[in-house]
Amino acid sequence: MSWKMINQPVKTIGALLAAGVLLAGCEDPTNMETSQQGYRGTAMETVQNTEIEAIKAALNQVPEPLYPPESSTEGDMATDVYENVQVLGGLRAAEFDRLMAHITEWIAPDEGCAYCHNLDEGFADDSVYTKTVARKMLQMTLNINANWSDHVGNVGVTCYTCHRGQAVPENLWFEAVPEKALGVGYRAQQNRATEEVNFSSLPEDPFTPYLLDDKNIRVNSPTALPSGQAPEGGIKNTEYTYALMTHMSQSLGVNCTYCHNSRVFASWEESPPARATAWFGIRMVREANNDYMVPLTDVFPENRLGPTGDVGKVYCATCHAGVNKPLNGAPMLKDHPELWAGKDFNQSAMSADQIKALVDKAMAEAAVAHAKMKVTSGSAGE
Amino acid sequence: MADYQNIFTKVQMRGPAYPGVPIGGHNDPRLGRKGTFSYLMGILGDAQIGPFYLGRLGLAAIVFGTLSINIIGFNMLASVGWDGGEFIRQFFWLALEPPAPEYGLSLPPLTKGGWWIISSFFMLVAVILWWVRTYRRAVELEMGTHVAWAFASAIWLFLVLGLFRPILMGSWSEGVPYGIFPHLDWTAALSIRHGNLFYNPFHMLSIVFLYGSALLFAMHGATILAVTRYGGDRELEQITDRGTASERAALFWRWTMGFNASMESIHRWAWWFAVLCTLTGGIGILLTGTVVDNWYLWGVKHGVAPAYPAVWPAVPDPALGGS
Repeated sequence: MSWKMINQPVKTIGALLAAGVLLAGCEDPTNMETSQQGYRGTAMETVQNTEIEAIKAALNQVPEPLYPPESSTEGDMATDVYENVQVLGGLRAAEFDRLMAHITEWIAPDEGCAYCHNLDEGFADDSVYTKTVARKMLQMTLNINANWSDHVGNVGVTCYTCHRGQAVPENLWFEAVPEKALGVGYRAQQNRATEEVNFSSLPEDPFTPYLLDDKNIRVNSPTALPSGQAPEGGIKNTEYTYALMTHMSQSLGVNCTYCHNSRVFASWEESPPARATAWFGIRMVREANNDYMVPLTDVFPENRLGPTGDVGKVYCATCHAGVNKPLNGAPMLKDHPELWAGKDFNQSAMSADQIKALVDKAMAEAAVAHAKMKVTSGSAGE
Repeated sequence: MADYQNIFTKVQMRGPAYPGVPIGGHNDPRLGRKGTFSYLMGILGDAQIGPFYLGRLGLAAIVFGTLSINIIGFNMLASVGWDGGEFIRQFFWLALEPPAPEYGLSLPPLTKGGWWIISSFFMLVAVILWWVRTYRRAVELEMGTHVAWAFASAIWLFLVLGLFRPILMGSWSEGVPYGIFPHLDWTAALSIRHGNLFYNPFHMLSIVFLYGSALLFAMHGATILAVTRYGGDRELEQITDRGTASERAALFWRWTMGFNASMESIHRWAWWFAVLCTLTGGIGILLTGTVVDNWYLWGVKHGVAPAYPAVWPAVPDPALGGS
């Protein structure tokens, strides 16, 4: 049978079937929801898939506390009851016990106390490596709640923010295995379809330079014409920044426009306020990796380390898990005062006046710095 | 005539295969003495396949082009550990990358971008040889050389992207990676690095001519198909001896948009739009990073980028605030 002998209706039906198969791969358009968040006509909008958002909301629920926080300020201190209490010495024994019960629930619900403690030797024993890790992680949590309110606001973090009932948080990153080539092949440590960079062909490890080292993330020239002030590295470095931003966008389940006016990514004047929160988040994650994760490298057994022998490290997805506010922004920490470390997390959110005062202060500081920059840069192009 | 007025080719002419005009003795012989016919090819174009003119220029171009494509392909294959299945699965992501910025314009080791430079050189030779071939074949057929010059406009953009701009920027790392998705990500990164290419006026012109070309092509193709029943597809005759097909086509556009091209001038419109697309695009890319570093700021300076009312509280740059 030749092509000529296939009659017209068969061809038409075939074409319709082929079109149907192609369209079956598309997203149901009725699921997509767009909300405007900037000035009209500037395409500053958030596009979300309601079906996926519903799944993510269900996955980011906060577990009920096992029992209410201790209200009494009386009672023995933890250090009076237990030995070798290095981090939580400021807690009363009842508070300490409550936190231990929750840690077990949040991190090793199946394994129980024995996941970190050698029960034969007693609670004070430090022989199980997970206990050393847990101590460091408690210090990290207390540090974030005490010093990083620029990022975590008055919601704060608990162990559960990352762990979600698992001993090893689901979203961690390891350094990429360096490319090895015998005479042929050069992919410049990119062009792998990985989830980290949303299956793009961008560099697969934008985390080592920005979330471990503090390489410059900014890529734009501050002047219209070449002035020698543009960041170095050109397009190749831009791809690294682009990869990091792709990870942030994916981790938070938001578009670029959540933090940037995409017509001019660099401009703070045109950026939504969320960009400043993210800026502090990058610094917070960098500190968590350098001061808390990397020092634990030798503590972990080999099977917990990455392919190049590095420790698992945190990035945006570790806490955010696909939503712009971890656990949908639920103020979980309020139910766990043991992790406040003296800070009052029961206070209500800042009043509008307080926020305005803070912004005014920061603006004044920025104006001074900006004026200095203009003197040196000449034509900044306002 | 019902068969003659639709959007698919329904009529295929079959006669003795036409070998083409006689050519001078300084040319190579043609390949495929008789030529064959293909029904499927006849749906797309002319049913006659062959004879072909390969020639020494064509052969050399194919050899260099094949070398270049093979270098790219084998580098891609090496980057998935010589696994054929993975090569197919990841094909759209794979690429041969240009060298890192620290190598500047020097020749890096083969597996640090050296292959990219070699592959680029072979591709350059292949493209130039193929251009000379299009020019020479046109001359031999005693045609004008319009096709060659249109092709040259595309080569201009190709040379700007891979040769002129990297040299002016002082680094081969500014070149385009050879891969499907990687070159698209490169394009986005180029725009981001230089403050949004949409504010580049030559980019604007290039887009006008790109979309304009598609629009003109659709308008012209539709117009001619619509008047083939009056002999409108015999465009050459209609240029000098305007018949009812031309009259109707002209009237249609005069009535719908107030102005019409002529049977001849529409082809100049199409040629110039296509040529200007890559010509202006090449100028825009050549200026990017060399003459203008941040197109958004350039746009603000020259009143191209409008300001919008603020809708958020001002966010100072935390890096400046000393926080």
